[in-house]
Amino acid sequence: MPAINETVDQVKSVEKYKYGFVTDIDSEFAPKGLSEDIVRFISAKKEEPAWLLEWRIKAYRHWLTMDEPDWAKIGYPPIDYNDAYYYSAPKSGDEGPESLDEVDPELLATYEKLGIPLHEQEVLAGVKNVAVDAVFDSVSVATTFKETLAEHGVIFCPISEAVKNHPELVQKYMGSVVPTADNYFAALNSAVFTDGSFVFIPKGVRCPMELSTYFRINAANTGQFERTLIIAEEGSYVSYLEGCTAPMRDENQLHAAVVELVTKDDAEIKYSTVQNWYPGDENGVGGIYNFVTKRGACRGKNSKISWTQVETGSAITWKYPSCILQGDNSVGEFYSVAITNNFQQADTGTKMIHLGRNTSSRIIAKGISAGKSQSTYRGLVKMMPKADGGRNFTQCDSLLIGKECGAHTIPYIESKNPSARVEHEATTSKIADDQLFYCRQRGIAEEDAVALIVNGFCREVLQELPMEFAVEAQKLVGISLEGSVG
Amino acid sequence: MLKIKNLHATVDGKEILKGIDLAMGFGEVHAIMGPNGSGKSTLSYVLAGRNGYEVTKGEVLYNDKNLLEMKPEERAGEGVFLAFQYPVELPGVSSMNFLKAAVNAVRKYRGENELDAMDFLKFVRETTKMLNITDDMLKRAVNVGFSGGEKKRNEVLQMAVLKPTLSVLDETDSGLDVDALRIVGEGVTALRSPHRSMLVITHYQRLLDHIVPDEVHILADGKIVRSGGKELAVELEQEGYSRYTADAA
Repeated sequence: MPAINETVDQVKSVEKYKYGFVTDIDSEFAPKGLSEDIVRFISAKKEEPAWLLEWRIKAYRHWLTMDEPDWAKIGYPPIDYNDAYYYSAPKSGDEGPESLDEVDPELLATYEKLGIPLHEQEVLAGVKNVAVDAVFDSVSVATTFKETLAEHGVIFCPISEAVKNHPELVQKYMGSVVPTADNYFAALNSAVFTDGSFVFIPKGVRCPMELSTYFRINAANTGQFERTLIIAEEGSYVSYLEGCTAPMRDENQLHAAVVELVTKDDAEIKYSTVQNWYPGDENGVGGIYNFVTKRGACRGKNSKISWTQVETGSAITWKYPSCILQGDNSVGEFYSVAITNNFQQADTGTKMIHLGRNTSSRIIAKGISAGKSQSTYRGLVKMMPKADGGRNFTQCDSLLIGKECGAHTIPYIESKNPSARVEHEATTSKIADDQLFYCRQRGIAEEDAVALIVNGFCREVLQELPMEFAVEAQKLVGISLEGSVG
Repeated sequence: MLKIKNLHATVDGKEILKGIDLAMGFGEVHAIMGPNGSGKSTLSYVLAGRNGYEVTKGEVLYNDKNLLEMKPEERAGEGVFLAFQYPVELPGVSSMNFLKAAVNAVRKYRGENELDAMDFLKFVRETTKMLNITDDMLKRAVNVGFSGGEKKRNEVLQMAVLKPTLSVLDETDSGLDVDALRIVGEGVTALRSPHRSMLVITHYQRLLDHIVPDEVHILADGKIVRSGGKELAVELEQEGYSRYTADAA
């Protein structure tokens, strides 16, 4: 029996992270390290207007005065911010290709290998109608279906392009939800962000296809700092999905993104994430440090922002997608599955800030810990004095696999309005031996049985994902937990 | 097809099975009856390969293969099925998904094509009707909130779709009312065939009115103390087990 397990484990370690390859491509780097000159270098590279450079410098100077946050339940050696590259771009992508014909074939091959179609006639995982923005290290290398979307007035482009073509929108909204000085990593991002996606849905438009951005870190010793901004005008709707992968490396790489969402009256944004950054190996060596600030502002009445995240990757995840429920009757949702295995650490959750009347929020968080990993749900529900009739429901469930992992639930509840109602439920459970045996007796191998049981545990969240991605996510759940039993 | 020779097994260091010998041919139905604590459930778990049930002596040959060397899922692939006395709940896992995962895992093991969703649905519907299982039940999470009768019918459904060659039914009658017992009994009887053998473990004779056995064995204190035809079950029902527990003690 042990001999069999050993073989199985060996096979698995080969199969485990299929996105771990490196693309051999000629890239241009900024000089190593972080300084005001580097900030200027990035801004100059992107031919940015003066206001944006100023904005970056201000953020950088503020960042210098800040301390790295230490309240999360994560541990890691100090990050040397001067020992990394803050800009890396494939040489061909320097000017931003006009069409796919100009994109380096190596890059196209990379995305093909990742299963991300950049030719519009191709379809993603058998699904039509997904527009993709592909961000490779510090730059966007391709955006598909731009013309089709433009017919509906939808703008979907790299944020660096939006700075050039729609400066008024970028200037108005960027930093309006996550101010540059919001937190340490948001300030860092504001100073050195390189690319990301920009989405604008005009009044009354239901975006005709799923929008998706695929982030890929390729270069060694390089941080990725992307910035995404989505604006949904009155009565509009958009569903957006981001995916992320990185090569397997022994070093830790930093990813510090900022995502800002704005919904006007009666508008809705559904934002889904499948985060599969390289998690490090089974001894905890390597992996991405994922420090991300995501926040949405429901500015209009009856507007809605829904976050769904499946977090399976990264050595460290520090992430709290939040909603500011400003408009009356606005709705915020947070559906999360966070899986940690081996030595991964995740401190993730949400903030629901109720400002308007009859605002409601719903939080469903599922944490699965295996190996020697630690998983923490940290969430804040805040009812402000004017949030008459505000409602929140929170459910946090933790599932433990094995004896050496940990799960923690830290809910903060602040209510300044007596008419507001806040509910919190939490459970912790283990995969029982009899459940595993039951599945195995029916012919289902142990690893598959774990995947089946965990998928059942996460079902409420996974069913919130767009159909086309739910299947992928289910598979990912299984893969992430490989080697966690036996 | 099944040969159990001098089987000894311990649970938590305590010897429960103390030398079981049993031989079954193709298509035969054998009943194992015995008082509580005689080792009936232990025998079923040992045959299915549950962790913690350690075989200390003896062997089990199944179609001339050493069953005890196989993992539980391999035994299932080889055609061994255990209908649980207490079917286990799997929250969030729909019965349909579970059945499909099981059937395809077993088909794969047997070198057959995996069924897609449509074919599978057709395949399952053939059986659900007979067992009075509704589509609604297939959508619900496995055994979660099921009544005793629903759980046992669900076990028989799994048995039907997995097409085992050896079914071990562990107290399948427990917790069933007369009507549920009849449905389950008919369901199991319908699955009898010259290729399928069944080992029916029960405390009471009443299940054997529905599933008529070829042979009956009495298990007491970890050993088979008497074997006979179906009339032995009737005799037991009248006389009780006291004679055997006294013998064993």
